[in-house]
Formats: sequence, C-alpha cells, structure tokens
Amino acid sequence: MSAINERTRERTKIVPTLIMVAGALYCLLPVAWVFVAASKAPGELFDSFTFAPGTGLLDNLGDLFSYDGGAYGLWALNSLLYAGVGGVLSTLVSASAGYALAKFDFRGGRIFFAAILGGLLIPGITLAVPQYLLLSDLHLAGTQWSVLLPSILSPFGIYLCRVYAASAIPAQMLEAARIDGAGEWRIFRSVVLPLMAPGMVTVFLLQFVGIWNNFLLPYIMLSNTRTFPLTVGLNSLLERGSGSPSLYTLAIIGAALAIIPLIALVLFLQRFWRLDLIAGGVKG
Amino acid sequence: MTNTAVADEDTRSVTAAVPPQTRRRRRRSIAPYLFSAPAMVLYTVFTVIPVVYALGSSFYAQRRTGGGALGTRSTVFVWFDNYVSVFHDSQLTAGLRHLALYGVIAVPLTLGLALLFALLLDAPGVKLRRFGRTAIFIPYAVPGVVAALMWGFMYLAGTSPFSYVTRSLGWGDIPFLGPNGIYGSLANISVWGGTGFNMLVIYTALRSIPHELIEAARLDGANEIQIALRVKVPLVGPALLLTAIFALLGTLQLYGEPLMLKPLTNTISNTWVPLMSIYQDAFALDDLHDAAAASIVLALGTALVSIAVLALVRISTRRGMR
Repeated sequence: MSAINERTRERTKIVPTLIMVAGALYCLLPVAWVFVAASKAPGELFDSFTFAPGTGLLDNLGDLFSYDGGAYGLWALNSLLYAGVGGVLSTLVSASAGYALAKFDFRGGRIFFAAILGGLLIPGITLAVPQYLLLSDLHLAGTQWSVLLPSILSPFGIYLCRVYAASAIPAQMLEAARIDGAGEWRIFRSVVLPLMAPGMVTVFLLQFVGIWNNFLLPYIMLSNTRTFPLTVGLNSLLERGSGSPSLYTLAIIGAALAIIPLIALVLFLQRFWRLDLIAGGVKG
Repeated sequence: MTNTAVADEDTRSVTAAVPPQTRRRRRRSIAPYLFSAPAMVLYTVFTVIPVVYALGSSFYAQRRTGGGALGTRSTVFVWFDNYVSVFHDSQLTAGLRHLALYGVIAVPLTLGLALLFALLLDAPGVKLRRFGRTAIFIPYAVPGVVAALMWGFMYLAGTSPFSYVTRSLGWGDIPFLGPNGIYGSLANISVWGGTGFNMLVIYTALRSIPHELIEAARLDGANEIQIALRVKVPLVGPALLLTAIFALLGTLQLYGEPLMLKPLTNTISNTWVPLMSIYQDAFALDDLHDAAAASIVLALGTALVSIAVLALVRISTRRGMR
C-alpha cells in the first residue's frame, strides 16, 4: 500500500529505471540468444548473423530426441527424478531435524547443530571424491542411488528449518497437544508440519533447483549415459561435439529446452518464497 | 585460606553445571532423537565418514617396495608427504592462482550488482520493478554448466554476436576465450547466474526495515542516495554477510563452468582449477591419496576463508556499534 502511495507521489526517476532495465536486458540476453540459435540448422549456426532466426528448429528437435537412442528424454527424466524425489525427501528430513533442534533440548543436540553449521562451510564438492570411494565400496557408485542419497542431506535446509520452526511453532501449542494426550508423532504430523509448510516450500525450492543444477556429484558418480541428468548429459554432448560441430547445434537446442521447465517453475513458485528466512527477517 | 577458596570454586562450578531450566524438557527423551535420526544418519554417512576416510587415506601412498623394476607396489604410511607434495604441486598452485584472479573479479561484482539492483527495487520512483526483478532473477533457474554452454557460444568467435559486431566494425574478434580474457569471461558467467538470487535476499532484508526510519531520514533532508548508503546498507549487514559467504564458497568450488568451456578453447587445461586437478588425480591418474590430501586442503582452506570473513565482519560491526 505504501508502495502505491510512493508511486503516485514520486516522479519517475529515469536514470535508476534505465540502470535496472539494462540489468534486466543483460540477464535476458543469453536466454534470447539460445532460443534464436536453437532454430538454426547446423550450416546456419556459423554463417548467419547470430540474432537472425534460422530454419532448422523442427529438424533440430527431431535430431535432439533421436540422439543416442533417445538419451535426451532420459536425461530430462533423470533430472526430474533426482531433483523431485531428492527435493521432497530432503525437505522432510530437514523439517523433522530442524523441528527437533528448535523445540527440544536434548543431549547431543547442540553438538549436532554445530556439526551441521560446520557442514555448511565444507564445500559439498570436496566431499564428492571420498563419497564416490565409499559408495563404490558399497557397490552403489554408478547407480541412480549414488546421486539421490547424498542429495537428501542438506545442512542449509536443516539450518533454515530450525530457524523457521523456532519462530513459527508456539511452545504453548505443543504443550496443549501434549496435555490432550497426543503422541509426539501425531503432534509432528498434525500440528508441526502444517505450521512449517511455508518454510518447507522455500527449502524444497532451494533443494530442487540446487539438485537440478548440480553437476560435479553426478559427473563423478555416474558413467552410464542412461543415468545422466541433463547437466552431465549436455556436457557429454558438447565434449563429443568438439570434433564435429554438427553436435554443437544439438547442445544449443538441448540447453534451450533444458531451461524452460525450471524457469517456468521458479517464476510460478516465486510468490511462495519466504526469502526473509535467509535474509534474517525471521527472528531465530 | 587456600583450601576454602578451592572448596568455594567447587560448589560454584557444580551449581553452574546444572541450569534448572534445561532439566524440565529433557523428560521426553526419545522423540528428538527419532526426529533427527534420518538427518544424523545421512550426515554421518555422507559427511563424517567421507571426511574421516579422506583424512585417513591422505596419510598413505602407493610406493614400490623391494628394489628394481620388479618391486611390488604396496600402500605405506607416509605421514605428511602428500600434503607436502600438494603445496609443491605446480598445477595445483596454478589452479589456485586462476581461482584467485577469477574470484577477485566475480565476487565483488556479483555482490555489488546484487546490492545495486536490490536498492533500485526498494527506491521510490523506479518504474518497471516487477519486470526488472523477474528478469534479473531468471538466471538463477539456469544450471551453471548450461549458463557456461550458452555464454561459451556467445564467446566463440564463429557464433558470438559481440565479435560479429566488432568484426563488421573492422576491429576483429574479441578474445573472450584467450589466456587473459578467460578470467573476465568466466567471472561474467557467475555474475550473470548469481546476481538475481543475492539481489532477492538483500531486497527481502531491505523490505523489513521499519518505514519510520526511512521517513525520519527523509524529513531530515537526506536524499535517496544518502538514505541508501547511510541507512539501508548498514541495516542489511547480515544479509550482505550471508551472500558474501555464499559467493566465496561458490568461487572455491568452481568446476563445471571451466569444464564446459574446455571443448571450446585451448586456454583451459585439464587441471585449470583445483577441483579439476583433484578429479584428474583421482580418476585419470588413479592417485587417490594425493586427491584426498588436496581435497582436505581445499575444504580446510574454504572453511578458513569463511571463518575469516565472519570474524572480520563481526569485528567491524562491533566497532560500528560503538
């Protein structure tokens, strides 16, 4: 409401508006380029002006989906599997751990939380090589489990859920439920989870995008192209293309298609984001 | 005299050890363990054990024992030999130099632009805010390696729209992927990808500033730029700190982007950043012990950098409070 007030009161500031529009165009430029380039036949890619649309869109699409026996479709499904299932499980694990850390004072809780905070500082990627060795001892390396299981653990998700649970769940409500004789599991399911839902949506989105965009973990763990997610698949396409530029066209249209669903998801769910969680607006 | 003093100390420490309030909630003892069990198990399996495993194996090495060409290979305990060789590894130190050059460009630019756009979104009189906010946030949805692929083709002389313009002006191609241009080009990819998310985090913090505070500054005759720099920026310190740490962590983990640009240029070697060397050691050269030592050094280095930033900020904010 105050924003509308200001807008009617204040004159339009031209220079700041121009700066922001310039930033917006900078961010949209590669996206626009990749969609234009995706329409070019292999011969046109290097010959025509780069922002002139080409004539090969449908051929490129056909080539992309028939490449390596339909590998691209499998990569998309794998990305969805890792990010979707991994994101949901990760959110649930983070929510229950965050609730325990925020609302119970238990022996070892503080140490566990300190360890989680330490885990935030260890770059997940430096763990990927030892994780690979461990999983290959368990004969899981190379399987889809080897990407899915490590993705479920999210120290940042646990941290956010603890912050959110601390502020969103009134202690009196838990006490009242306990006095009514509800068991701890029932309280968690019917009191805690609904109260934490807005925070959990944020954690899910962060995790979904994080897993979808992850590259090193699946790159290290997987060797069979049929288990690749989109990121690793596109890399394999480009690496093979360095000998034959006709694969460049496939890499470009593959990239263009790969970003559509995620941009749509993020734009759609943007309004449900509770970024004040991260920004420190919610008192921990 | 001394005896009573010691006895006094003892009773004091005993009473201090049992704060009365913590006892109250401890009686429901098993529930919190069950709730945190999945996370604890995953944390143990995928963080603690890999760290211990890497730490352990970093002290061993494959060595030939028994003289001559027919000596058998065996794993022996070598103390800190692997760490010594990590610090003498010219590829690894070159990788760290590349990272530093890239980070010096990428981190300040990402944070500066994120803060600038957040302040613009929060300033009165700026039009097209919704469009700006959405457009600048879109790159967050693009995986880093896909961003590298898109920018990579926009850098490549044959397909670059920028080089197309400079060529037709008679200036020739822009050496985006040359030995000097590569740092700016890689930094640009991460600035492009990282600005939007950080902008939203800072903007969210800006919106929680009480309106009266801004009004008061305005009534005192401060202009919008003064309000932004003197009132808003100090108040969103925690959000800025968090974004700074994310940006630093991201810098040290640079891997996918240079790997993606590698097929397009000769500038990027197999060991161009530390993580590429580690991967090379572990999987191409099969030297897991060296890779483990390098992983530990990189993880410790990252943690130290983050802690140093936290400490620096804490000291400077305390000074600012006084």
